[in-house]
Amino acid sequence: MNAATAVLIIMTIGTYALKSAGPLVLGDRVLPVRIRQIVDLLPAALLAALAIVSTVGDGQQIVVDARLVGLVVAGLALWRRAPFVVVIVLASAATAITRLVT
Amino acid sequence: MADAADDATRRRAIRRQAASIVAAVAPFGIVFGAAAATAGLDLWQAVGFSSLVFGGSSQFAAVEILGDGGSIASAAIAGLLLNVRSLAFGVIMAEALAGPWWKRATMSQLMIDESTAVGAAQSDLHWRRYGYLVAGIGVFVVWNLTTIVGFVVFSDAGDLITDLGLDAAGPAAFLALLWPRLAVPAQRRTAIAGALIAVVLIPFTAPGVPILASMLGVAVTRAWPPAGRSAEVVSS
Repeated sequence: MNAATAVLIIMTIGTYALKSAGPLVLGDRVLPVRIRQIVDLLPAALLAALAIVSTVGDGQQIVVDARLVGLVVAGLALWRRAPFVVVIVLASAATAITRLVT
Repeated sequence: MADAADDATRRRAIRRQAASIVAAVAPFGIVFGAAAATAGLDLWQAVGFSSLVFGGSSQFAAVEILGDGGSIASAAIAGLLLNVRSLAFGVIMAEALAGPWWKRATMSQLMIDESTAVGAAQSDLHWRRYGYLVAGIGVFVVWNLTTIVGFVVFSDAGDLITDLGLDAAGPAAFLALLWPRLAVPAQRRTAIAGALIAVVLIPFTAPGVPILASMLGVAVTRAWPPAGRSAEVVSS
């Protein structure tokens, strides 16, 4: 069994437990406010970290390359309220063009 | 009779909401399929993630960390942390999904951002359940089909992926998912803190650890709450 299969199995079980806990166990009881506030903030930290690490990370090295141009262009497109598809296409195109000219 | 017509209108409105959300998922699914291929996964593993785990950003996180040489633990933990919010969604939707345990158990697999968003937007329990199911099933089908398309079209095409700049699609997708949250000050502070913590740790820790450590950004935000409400007003 390779690493991806192991991760797949762990995440399948763990994710399903998280998804079904509300409907199966909690019913209509509500989580404490403090916990809800933390749960509500966690995705912001994780998504920001994923965005930046997948842009400048390469193993244990920080590498600044054409991907960063793509991320900046994505940010500009989002700021101009572009739809998801447009954001992805512009970011990819900007990265591809940067590679072509450098 | 008036009620029946009313119901039909309601159903159409919910289906329209769900359709636009389902369409938005398609490119993301293609990117996931391509990312899985790039990271060296088999097709059945990629589809396994999309059907069994079924949680967009968590799948990206796990595959990204695996492709980067991260450990099983760091990939799985980062993925699961991104799905902790499903717990909150489950609490929100629980009442609308009442019924025999096996029905609740089956419907729970559809507990994702999109289904909760459409479901929770409806006013009464019956329509909440309908919105949740329509959006959830729609996303499930499209997400899995596009995963296959992305994998097949872009597998063994590492050069094509960098030539087309598709390695920037993942980061752009994460930023797009993050974007709506940035309008809220506490979310913005948490995002900045999380990003800084992660970047600083890249050279010093194994791949995957910076992503996990970023959640300490929540602690930073909560330790220094809107301390500067007055400061913010002054500076703006």
